[in-house]
Parts: sequence; C-alpha cells; structure tokens
Amino acid sequence: MSSLTNRTKFVFGEVWQGISRSITLTIALIATFAISLSLLGVSLLVGSQVSEMKDYWFDKVEVSIFLCTSGSDTPSCVGGPATPEQKTAIRNDLEAMQPLVAEIFFESQQDAYDRFIERFKASPISANVTPDQLPESFRIKLSNPEEFTAVVNKFLSRPGIEAVRDQRATLSKLFSVLNGLRALAFGFALAMLVVTALLVGNTIRVTAFARRREIGIMRLVGASKMALRMPFLLEAIFGAFIGGIFATGVLSLIKGYLIDQIIANSFSFTSFFGWQAVVTASLICLVSGTVLALVTAWFGIAKHLKI
Amino acid sequence: MRRVSRASPASTDNVKSGEKMIKFENVSMTYSKNGLPALSEVSFEIADGEFVFLVGQSGAGKSSVLRLLIREEKSLTGSVMIDDVDLGQLKEKDIPQLRRNIGMVFQDFRLLPDKTISENVAFALQVLNKTKAEINQTVPAVLDLVGLLDKANRRPEQLSGGEQQRVAIARALVNRPAILMADEPTGNLDPDTTVEIMRLLDQINKAGTTVIMATHDAGIVDQMRKRVIEITGGQIVRDQARGVYGYS
Repeated sequence: MSSLTNRTKFVFGEVWQGISRSITLTIALIATFAISLSLLGVSLLVGSQVSEMKDYWFDKVEVSIFLCTSGSDTPSCVGGPATPEQKTAIRNDLEAMQPLVAEIFFESQQDAYDRFIERFKASPISANVTPDQLPESFRIKLSNPEEFTAVVNKFLSRPGIEAVRDQRATLSKLFSVLNGLRALAFGFALAMLVVTALLVGNTIRVTAFARRREIGIMRLVGASKMALRMPFLLEAIFGAFIGGIFATGVLSLIKGYLIDQIIANSFSFTSFFGWQAVVTASLICLVSGTVLALVTAWFGIAKHLKI
Repeated sequence: MRRVSRASPASTDNVKSGEKMIKFENVSMTYSKNGLPALSEVSFEIADGEFVFLVGQSGAGKSSVLRLLIREEKSLTGSVMIDDVDLGQLKEKDIPQLRRNIGMVFQDFRLLPDKTISENVAFALQVLNKTKAEINQTVPAVLDLVGLLDKANRRPEQLSGGEQQRVAIARALVNRPAILMADEPTGNLDPDTTVEIMRLLDQINKAGTTVIMATHDAGIVDQMRKRVIEITGGQIVRDQARGVYGYS
C-alpha cells in the first residue's frame, strides 16, 4: 500500500514537472479541450432545446378540420355548408381512428366567434365579423403528432370539409431551422474534437521530446511500458479534465444566466431545457474528453516510446 | 533469466563461478538507421564476474555489442544469450526485466539536471516501483560505495565530471544488476579522474558484478590488464586474457 502511494506521488511529481516545464503547451492543451468540449456541450444543449420545444409545442399542436360554410368556395364545398350527416360521418370516422386520435373537440360557429373576439378584441376587425362567417371545425389532438398526414389524407377534399390544417406545418419550419443549428453546432464540435486530437498528439510528442532524457533513463533501468506511458496519459487526461470543467462552467452559465435570466423572460412562448440537460451534457463532455485524451495520447506516444 | 542479485553495493564478496553468462554465437547485425553491417559473425563468451574491455575504433561495433545486450537492437542472425535466455526470442514485455539486470553507464553521464544526486539515483528505483523504505536504505549505501554520500543533496552541475560519472555508476548499480556495462565511461574525463573511475569499476567487479567496458583509451586498457576483445569492422580480431590495447 505504501508502495502504491509512493508510486502515485512519484508519477504525479513527474506529471507536474512535465506540466510546469511546458506551461504554454499545457495551457494550449487545456484551452483546446475547453473550447471543443464547450462547443460539444452547446450542441448537446441545442439538441435538448429542440427536443424540449418539440415536446412543448407538439403537446399543443392540433389538427383542425374546417367545415364548409355558405361562403366557402373550395371544390369540396360545392354542396354548400356541411350537413349534419356529413358531420356525424366525420365524427364517426375520427372516433374510429383512436388511439391515434386522442381527443376530439367540436368547435361551433359561436365558439369560433367567441374565440375570435377574445383574440382580436383590441382590433377594429372584430366589429365586422359575425358568427356565420366563421367555419365550424373539429379540433383533434393526436397521440403521435408525427402521424398527422394520416388524418390529412383521410379527410382532405372530402365533401363538406373546406380544409385540414396542421399547426405542425408551421412549426416544422422552425424545427428544421433548429435541427440545422443543432447539426451545425455538432459539426463544429466534431471538427474541434479532431483539432483537439491533433493538438494532443502534438503536445505529447513535444513533451516526449522535452523529457527524452528521463525516458531514456527509465528505459535503461527497465521501466515497464505502462510506467513509461503513464505520465503522458495522465497529462493528457489532466488537460481534458480541466477543459471539461471549463466546459461545464460555460454550460452552467448559458443555462443559469443566458437562458434563465435573459432569454426566458423575452420568449415566453416556449419552455427551455432544465438543469438535467446541463448535467447530462457536462458529463458527456467530461467523459468524451477523457476518452479522446486517452486514445490520442496512447497512440500518439506509441511511436515515440518504444521499449 | 536469473534474478539473483549479485554485487550488493556494500558487499565485498569476490564470487567468480566461471559460469558462462553472456554468449554471442555467430552474431551479425546491421545498423537500424542505414542498414549498413555493424557486426558480422561475432562469437564470444563472457563468464560470470569477468571484467572485459571491448576495444576498437569508433564505429567498429563496440556499442552494437552493448546495444544487443540490452535489446536496443536485435541481431540479424546468430544468437545473443544471457543466462541461457535468447534475447532474440525475448518478448517486448520481458525486455524491461532484462534491463533491470544490467546497469548501464555512458560517456555523457545522462543525469537529470533538475534532480539532486540522491534523487537521480532514487529515480532508477522509483520507476521500478520500489518502496520508500527500500529507496531510503539503498540510495545512501550506493552513494557511499561511490564516495559521494556527502554530496547527496547537490545537483549534477555542482559536481566535477568524475563525480558525475560516479553518480551515473551509482544509479547503474542501485538496482543490484548482475552486469555493469560502460560505454566509453572515461571519454570525457581527465587522466587522474579516469584512474579513479577505473578503480571504482574494478572494485565493483571484485564484488562480483560482471563488468563490460567499451573504450578506445589505450592507457587504461594497458594498465588494467584485463581480458580484451578487439573489434574491427564488425569482426573480432582479438580475444585475449590479460591483454593490452594494441599489439605493437
């Protein structure tokens, strides 16, 4: 046991010497890890936010089936306003589509008018609208909003139905932008990780050169392969760990300050990712940084540290 | 590989069993750098506890013999054996164990400048995971053997060349190897200091350690009257007990 602590002290002493001797290299190593892991973390947070918004919005998304009114001029409305038989048929068909169709709510012309007035009460337009101008509609919530096309296909251009609208169509544009952002951030993060791997490899090589005297002596007196490599591996892991801690700080700042203090106040239409997402992203950063450091250092040093 | 520790630094036993410890059989090798032949068909044996000079011009192949013995290089043909272990067949993971049984000293000392004398010697034990108690016991003993106990806390730069070489010898011995190899250990030293170092090596040899020294210093070879193996152009041209540097 005492030999183990003795050994640990010795190895860490050597690592510390390596770090302090090439301090600029160590700083460069930590900085690269910090930046690339932060980027990776941000891309993960963007991902969480996209999922969060999807959940939030999809929960509210409904498919609306607007029925023909006297003023409708689409081909499916040539028969005039929707008849009671048509309405019953639609409702029966919707009910047959359970469990995809989770909720059905019929909005009468009066309901539509009330909602309209409520929404536009400050606007002069509300004075010119009467209930009979607004269409009746079925408002439907889907258990899986992704499958809205099934509903659209079933009811589109059916007599008595003027239009089938899915709010998701509007949102999908937003989501495609967000998905693009997420992919971009992730791509950046990956590129930075590659750069980090190259830099780690380089730093290790320079460190090995700076320590060639020690390495030479260690080999001569019969140090094992692991004993030769350990200081380099620990140095790389040290860089990754400090860089990962920095990334965790950046992510916490983004959540605690940027999101909670600033953005959340101005954008009340959606919810934001919670601390759980920050914890997960930070852990992924720390682990992937450490693994990257280990793998790169191991292979980077193999060439320079033959037995 | 025999792991019996010979030559405990403080011991003065004079054990010479005469057993053949090192055996070169028709060894040929090329320089790994440029592929030029370094040794061709070299055969010799060195017994336990012998003192052997390897002499010859620079580039004759002396260092190649030493490098083969610590498996820095592998022979192209023939076999290099230590204690019946064929070094050519040695697995990479077993090379460190081989080197723990061989102490190595160089012309340029190879000390770590930012460590003290005792730290330099202790380094060789620390990388082998020795206990603090063992290090605290062995390092002063071996420093005492080379006569530098009073300078244990100095740094290499504060020592003379001869003293630095003695530190290097102490480091080579601290792990109690059966063989001590020295590659031009006196190449950077003045004649008086050279004599001191040779006395030390002789003393170590008398305590039971096999000593192999590569040199082209005719003076010390003539003076010591030990076995001489002369290499020229990668071939042994002379192997003589109690020899001198050159015939003429």
